[in-house]
Amino acid sequence: MRYSLASLLRQACSGHRGWEAAWRDASPKSAYEVLIVGGGGHGLAAAYYLAKVHGLTDVAVLEKDCIGLGNAGRNTTIIRSNYLLPANNPFYELSMKLWEGLEQELNYNAMVSQRGVLNLFHSDAQRDAFVRRGNAMRLHGVDAELLDARQVRRMLPILDFENARFPIQGGLLQRRGGTARHDAVVWGYARAASGLGVDIVQRCEVTGLLREGARITGVRTTRGDIRAAKVAVSVAGHSSRVAAMAGLRLPIESHVLQAFVSEAIKPVLPCVVTFGAGHFYVSQSDKGGLVFGGDLDGYNSYAQRGNLPTVEDVCSGGMALMPAIGRLRLLRSWGGIMDMSMDGSPIIDRAPLEGLYLNAGWCYGGFKATPAAGLCLAHLLAREESHELARAFRLDRFATGHLLDEKGQGPQPNLH
Amino acid sequence: MRIECPFCGERDHSEFAYFGDAACARPAPGAADAQARFVEAVYLRENPAGAHRELWYHEFGCRSWLQVTRDTRTHEILEVRLARESTAP
Amino acid sequence: MSSHRLSGEGAIQRDRTLSFTFDRRGYTGHPGDTLASALLASGVRLLGRSFKYHRPRGLLSAGSEEPNALVELRAGARREPNTRATMIELFDGLTARSQNRWPSLAFDAGAVNSLLSRLFVAGFYYKTFMWPAAWWERLYEPAIRRAAGLGRASREADPDTYEKAHAFCDLLVIGGGPAGLAAALTAGRAGARVILCDEDFLLGGRLNGDRHQIGGESGALWARRSEAELRSLPEVRLLTRTTVFGVYDGSTFAALERVSDHVSVPRPHQPRQRLWKIVARRAVLAAGALEHPIVFGGNDRPGVMLASAVRTYVNRFRVAPGRRIALFTACDDGWKTAFDLLEARIDVPVIIDARREIPPALRAQGSRHGVRIMTGAHVLGTRGGKGVEAIEVRGEDGRVSRVRADSLAVAGGWSPNTALSTHLGGRPRWSEAIGAHVPGDLPRGMTAVGAACGELALAGALRTGAAAGREAAGSAGLEAPLEQWRTEEEPVGFARRWSVSGHRGKAFVDYQHDVTVEDIEIAAREGFRCAEHLKRYTTLGMGTDQGRTSQLNGHALLATLTQREPADMGTICARPPYTPVAIAALAARARGPQFKPCRLTPSHRWAEERGAVLVDAGEWRRARWFPLTGEADWRSTVAREVAGVRAGVGICDVSTLGKIDVQGADAGAFLDRIYANMIATLPVGRTRYGIMLREDGIVLDDGTVARLGECHFLLSTSTIHAGRVMRHLTHARQVLWPQLDVQLVSVTEQWAQMAIAGPHSRELLMRVLGDAVDVSGPRFPYLACQEFLWLGRPARLFRISFSGELGYELAVPARYGESAVRALMAAGGTLGVVPYGTEALGVMRIEKGHAAGAEINGTTTAADLGLGRLVSARKDFIGRVLAARPGLAAADRPALIGLTPVERSARLSTGAHLLRPGAPATLSHDEGFISSTAFSPTLRHWVGLGFLSRGRERIGERMRAYDPLRGEDVQVEIAHPVFYDPAGERVRS
Repeated sequence: MRYSLASLLRQACSGHRGWEAAWRDASPKSAYEVLIVGGGGHGLAAAYYLAKVHGLTDVAVLEKDCIGLGNAGRNTTIIRSNYLLPANNPFYELSMKLWEGLEQELNYNAMVSQRGVLNLFHSDAQRDAFVRRGNAMRLHGVDAELLDARQVRRMLPILDFENARFPIQGGLLQRRGGTARHDAVVWGYARAASGLGVDIVQRCEVTGLLREGARITGVRTTRGDIRAAKVAVSVAGHSSRVAAMAGLRLPIESHVLQAFVSEAIKPVLPCVVTFGAGHFYVSQSDKGGLVFGGDLDGYNSYAQRGNLPTVEDVCSGGMALMPAIGRLRLLRSWGGIMDMSMDGSPIIDRAPLEGLYLNAGWCYGGFKATPAAGLCLAHLLAREESHELARAFRLDRFATGHLLDEKGQGPQPNLH
Repeated sequence: MRIECPFCGERDHSEFAYFGDAACARPAPGAADAQARFVEAVYLRENPAGAHRELWYHEFGCRSWLQVTRDTRTHEILEVRLARESTAP
Repeated sequence: MSSHRLSGEGAIQRDRTLSFTFDRRGYTGHPGDTLASALLASGVRLLGRSFKYHRPRGLLSAGSEEPNALVELRAGARREPNTRATMIELFDGLTARSQNRWPSLAFDAGAVNSLLSRLFVAGFYYKTFMWPAAWWERLYEPAIRRAAGLGRASREADPDTYEKAHAFCDLLVIGGGPAGLAAALTAGRAGARVILCDEDFLLGGRLNGDRHQIGGESGALWARRSEAELRSLPEVRLLTRTTVFGVYDGSTFAALERVSDHVSVPRPHQPRQRLWKIVARRAVLAAGALEHPIVFGGNDRPGVMLASAVRTYVNRFRVAPGRRIALFTACDDGWKTAFDLLEARIDVPVIIDARREIPPALRAQGSRHGVRIMTGAHVLGTRGGKGVEAIEVRGEDGRVSRVRADSLAVAGGWSPNTALSTHLGGRPRWSEAIGAHVPGDLPRGMTAVGAACGELALAGALRTGAAAGREAAGSAGLEAPLEQWRTEEEPVGFARRWSVSGHRGKAFVDYQHDVTVEDIEIAAREGFRCAEHLKRYTTLGMGTDQGRTSQLNGHALLATLTQREPADMGTICARPPYTPVAIAALAARARGPQFKPCRLTPSHRWAEERGAVLVDAGEWRRARWFPLTGEADWRSTVAREVAGVRAGVGICDVSTLGKIDVQGADAGAFLDRIYANMIATLPVGRTRYGIMLREDGIVLDDGTVARLGECHFLLSTSTIHAGRVMRHLTHARQVLWPQLDVQLVSVTEQWAQMAIAGPHSRELLMRVLGDAVDVSGPRFPYLACQEFLWLGRPARLFRISFSGELGYELAVPARYGESAVRALMAAGGTLGVVPYGTEALGVMRIEKGHAAGAEINGTTTAADLGLGRLVSARKDFIGRVLAARPGLAAADRPALIGLTPVERSARLSTGAHLLRPGAPATLSHDEGFISSTAFSPTLRHWVGLGFLSRGRERIGERMRAYDPLRGEDVQVEIAHPVFYDPAGERVRS
């Protein structure tokens, strides 16, 4: 059923009894052309583009739980394409362009809100690095503006301009950046993919890979063996575990990143803001809560929860930036498991085993990449070659030294 | 988390800096395939869900490097020893 | 408005009266009241408006689970939105306002949403507002955002202070009800270190709200006596108004003490709130249970209240929530409400029990009071305006009748308060015995007792509490005798009723977010069938109450709709915090200027005296320049400082550079593995510039290495990398090469270090140091270093230069740094000595082409920086192997170059990208960027450093420095990065 104001009105008049399931809760067949392990945003988007762009519909997405409950449902919903490196910037801009047409594409309101992403700077050195980045963005036709403190103040009077340890000097603004409703992205892709014939199989955990020699021929799951010509792994946080089923070690550590939401209040923050002198970034959801986060806890973890020092660190960043939120209350905190890669950039590539494909290492930047990651993974699966904008996301770049280290932190994932 | 530092006693983990997998020993630099081995040691990780031997540095304490065995699913700390006294694999 | 206050004591102090306002109207109450009880006593039932439909709402509960009665407390900078009226302890002068309504609480224009409620069902956002796309940001979203949200946050900085405290104990008792008190008493009497926390300001829990008997005295009195005894025990600490809100690893608990929230402003020297971090050997979860409502039509109308809350208002606060209160129950426990009301001479028109069979004793007791009893009956709906006026009941025979009542007490049964049991990942377990979830796997060291573990009767609470207290004492090596407290039998029969079929009108599952039965039906129809999907699709349980009173009903409804059992539905994992915590409390002192430590240089006081303009460099605060009166702007100041150094002598405090002392027989061998260049060959008394790489082949840092003795080296690091380099070195020493005989210590804080630079620097040092050290040219050549005594104190001198002039760095113990600067300035007066700051330092290093933070940025190799010649091919060192990877050794990598503007007056901008003249300004034509720029007072034009692909082969080439962000586009010429004295004659002079 197509969603529209008319269909909504029709349903309202008939007691909403005619709504259909948003996606088919499929049972797995015994074989598919392509299996995508992981029913998060990336996996579902890949399935959608496989069907839509490449006409491949003999596809199943396997999810161990219910779709969208991993990082797709745990992130802070920010979308942006303000990257420096020539390998990253065009890729994320592709993603941004896909975000911009997503609702029409999927017939699902994912609440893509281009309210602006503002990165604050507090020193000359930081400004210089932002200028370099902003210019790289402009060279690719991405919007970027440099604001001085006065302009920032006009935009965000709630920030501390009087009493700060590290006064705000200005900011790098991407107006087209913003937020999207994370769950809706998952549901929108699921509904659209399912509508094109993709099987979305929930409560189906992959427990092993089927191999014939050096070739992967399917997966072993809690709902039986499923054969496939191609198996793509898109399980952010658990990539290493699935890769281990193939005997592979990845350049990835799993780390916990906490996220936070405050009680709902009337609007105070028009855009997304990142603090440049501490670990804090924030936006206000349409529901009214401040959605914020900061740094990784910093240790390997699969626990989906963090510890108090990080909570305190993030909140002190928030207070340093916006002391007016002091009496506002933190409502809920949670943790997601990040696929922290060794250079802070992702991997969309064939695995060293035939038939196995990886979409991994998204660190804490996976959400904004959802449409492009799906598109490029679908391209790789369908065409057997990397999408031209994802060519640098190779697995062998660590061996060759063609690293994509935006932050220059080196092979220490908890610093990226 | 609280880590039992052999010198300082039990301390909150916020006193420590984390350095990742302790199993990544530095390969012999002179070997013919040294580069491949260094790539493995520096970049590739077992990243287990379960017991993990890892390095913690007591930066805001005695500045000892510790080898901590910790369950990455529960954060439970199973063993702590001085890194210098741990035999590299 | 007539008073609803009942006679009798309760737990309020009737002899004192407190005044307060709600929506600008004055009311009174007593100490011991909450805002909720005081308003109820004044007959105020309408306290808030719901999130979506702006429905009128009153109190549902008497505790922290309250979903409806949220107010804005206090005003101005202290305004606290979304504060639960049930948790606000009344104080004199309290002001509160209702929220999420306009223009007033009684008449709220937002209620028009109710008319559109047929449209505003679960998921409607996702299905519409898509056309045209651009309208989302411009029209739809702003409207939604304005309508959403609850209270208004203050726009001013929070004026109060907060603090953090740490505590350690044998036993942490979470909750001060009967079970918690029994645990604390048992362990405390044995001498265990006990901390007991309760979110209430009064200990006792349900003992205050119910009329229990313990050992022949009232439960409330027993609680008071127990509290007094606990206060007398030296190892016991009672923290009331304190919520344990989080469980973390390592038996660490976070608790928030509301130190001053019960007074209008914090008393002098008192924080508003205190964040406790408690490490407990054992913990007892005695957080009680929560009563949950039953879902029926109009169940949100003010006057519909949880039955236990009705009892609390009557017994503890001596307030009659209504004059004619009907009861709808599905369990024996609910009957207590009717009996307590009758005892207080409040009319109970009917007791409606959903069960067909009820214990004869209850029926008999009800009949004694002459109350109408309906069994097997259900409330279908309520009638009234902004408050209940009547209820519609379907009897066992199916006939619907109307009962006049101004309130309805609802008892849907109890659910253990399992929240804190799940913070570390444990999952609650379904218990058929009580028809609710009980704690599953508990965090190590935690025991659940009393109602929190499903022991809903008082006897069980006391018994399990005492047993846990004894066990905790035992784990601390203490013997604790068990006391047996005598209590009465309590009937605890129940039948689960989640919702009433055939209800009339909107039936709310989640009050705060206006989630109705219909929403859950839609979710089920559309396939949102797991608990998490239900929550995310309908927003069930996402309010400030986190679904405390709605989740169980919502899940049970969904289970029924999808032919499952509640037990199979799973649960939503409760996450910290248990109840919302002020963000300022988690930050505490770390805000404003105290956000991060501020490190001051040894010469700070002197620099301030001289009027230095300061700059933050990481945590350090340094002198940026030293303006003189009459100078037009900072550029002329910096130009003067640079000229002063280049032509005379200048002084700069460089103490912020990291200093690491390395000693031991293997120190040289160790440093050879650290640095890319040779160190072991460095003669004693000499200094060498060195670079160290990360193991991945990228430059980590640069600095000097001074050999003070055969087995003694002193390293300097950049200011910014001092910590990381120290970590890197200790890692190498303790983890990579523990067998080497070498010791390291950071001495950054111990030594003050002053750069003395310029052609007259030698003269100045001779004047100041006198005979302490011979600095004459041949005896103290370029790169010499020496330790000596100056004025009887240790000092060090290095002949090194960042400025490119003849230069030295003089180190003295940190506390003599200031006097050393003063001595240098005094002695240099006739030499025209100038103090210079970081800006002049930066200008001179750019003139000399020295790489700094903008160049050593974590992505550059030694070759990129033009330092390839330093890298030794004769030894192994960290980073050697991986630096040889093709990607890092490629010839077309961007290399460090110098830049000058072709048009000499043009200005260079840092961050500009380098394009070939005429090439289109696109990413694929981007060949490099400018990393550092300065106006060179020496050369009288701008100079810059940057990186350009194959840069070293392209000296003399012209490029475009393209900076669209700042609207600049300048022609530049690629130059050798060393602009000033490329042969290095001046440093050697």
